[in-house]
Amino acid sequence: MATITWKMEDGSEITADVKNGLNLMEAATANNVPHIEGECGGCLSCATCHVFVDPQWFAKTGEIDDIEDTMLEMTDVEREDNSRLSCQIIASEELDGLILNVPEPE
Amino acid sequence: MTSPIVIVGAGQAAASFISRHVALANPQPVVLIGEESHPPYQRPPLSKKYLLGQLERERLFIRPLEWYAEQNISLHLDTRVEAIQPQHHSLKTANGETIDYDKLLLCTGSSARRLPAAVGGSLDGVFTLRSIADIDQHSPEFQSGRKLLIVGGGYIGLEAAAVARQLGLEVTLLEMADRILQRVASAATSDYFRALHQQHGVEVRESTQLARLLEKDGKLCGAELESGEVIDADLVLVGIGGSANIELAQAAGLDCDNGIRVNEVCQTSDPDIYAAGDCSCFERNGQSMRLESVQNAADQGDLVARHLAGEDVRYTALPWFWSDQYDCKLQIVGLNQGHNHSVIRPGASASSRSIWYYRDDELLAIDAMNEPKSYAFGRKIIEAGINPTPQQVADPATDLKTLALGR
Repeated sequence: MATITWKMEDGSEITADVKNGLNLMEAATANNVPHIEGECGGCLSCATCHVFVDPQWFAKTGEIDDIEDTMLEMTDVEREDNSRLSCQIIASEELDGLILNVPEPE
Repeated sequence: MTSPIVIVGAGQAAASFISRHVALANPQPVVLIGEESHPPYQRPPLSKKYLLGQLERERLFIRPLEWYAEQNISLHLDTRVEAIQPQHHSLKTANGETIDYDKLLLCTGSSARRLPAAVGGSLDGVFTLRSIADIDQHSPEFQSGRKLLIVGGGYIGLEAAAVARQLGLEVTLLEMADRILQRVASAATSDYFRALHQQHGVEVRESTQLARLLEKDGKLCGAELESGEVIDADLVLVGIGGSANIELAQAAGLDCDNGIRVNEVCQTSDPDIYAAGDCSCFERNGQSMRLESVQNAADQGDLVARHLAGEDVRYTALPWFWSDQYDCKLQIVGLNQGHNHSVIRPGASASSRSIWYYRDDELLAIDAMNEPKSYAFGRKIIEAGINPTPQQVADPATDLKTLALGR
């Protein structure tokens, strides 16, 4: 179990306990986090689950593989150094307390 | 009190409509009616990870069941709609209930075509893969050593072949046309997937027509081909395409073609009735088009919610698709219909490449096999209306990112 916080641009926050093994795109849609769509179900084809990981947490979210790295070029809001596709971040005890900033497409 | 927006069909289009409706804080109540006993779920993983047994059922659900109640969406599952009465703005369910609507959204989807009973299509062990129930019923039969015959070399058949080989079944795949994926892809893409499946031990038989399935003591035992050849089979998966579920719409007098005809805001010939997803057909570039894809369902559902909330929107989304087979990820952007030539862009490894489809000088679509760069930058290139020359594309030294930025 990991407690995850999603921060929106308007300052609002959603916090939820996420079971180990679930990916954080699934967790976001289950908890009604806005702007996270995950149309392709987490198979790295849509880039609609983009998040900015709190820099302090970035390293703990794991390696970005080549496909994710390429798909990050397709996000609505341009990627930054701390960008991830949240379908590729898997909940674990390690991530308890993780903070994700949710970009808002225009 | 205003009547609700009523949605018939609880699939991806419905879920996408509801998500946007909720996000836009549209106060109008929503009623969702679905025939199956599940809330809207993702269908693409059914013939992939779900069939393989690597994904629990709840993880298919687009939103958890409780979510709908939390958003005040009234969910009527296991409910079939019998008729729409447009003149009364109401519909009748199979259990005799009448439900009034202000606006109606039809997300009735599509059904798998079946083999006629006359050629053995109704025998036990002959099945299609479209729903959770289909997989739950038939996946226990996917056991090592059994013989699976797949009729049809489209995406469902190929994905199931990949899963079956991973589970140790013997797989034969029949395709009537002279190549697999003939209806949807170029010969180069067909060649790639034929080789991939052959490497994994699938017997791929193209230009091969099934005559009938055979039974022994009431049990499926094989198939006879047009040539007279007989092959053994314990299981037969029929993957010969789908047709839109338009019966309700037709009976209600809505204009239909091979789907329910809609305009650029997904409105049918009755202005208070909309249709989205597999069941709808629409005009693009002067052609009638019906798409069976998550992208189309999700984007149309989303658009109807925006339209009903008063946004000025038009359906112009660029189609995209994907398929996973063994360790190959196929990603497609655009529609290749009407292409008159194509070019292959080599990838970084032997198993990666992309096919770029053109109509004259215009780039229409890309099939990318283990080549996400071609897909991601190709999408930008098509969206921006940049038409690189085939020579540029075929040259591995061409940097696609630079091309996408229009430099």
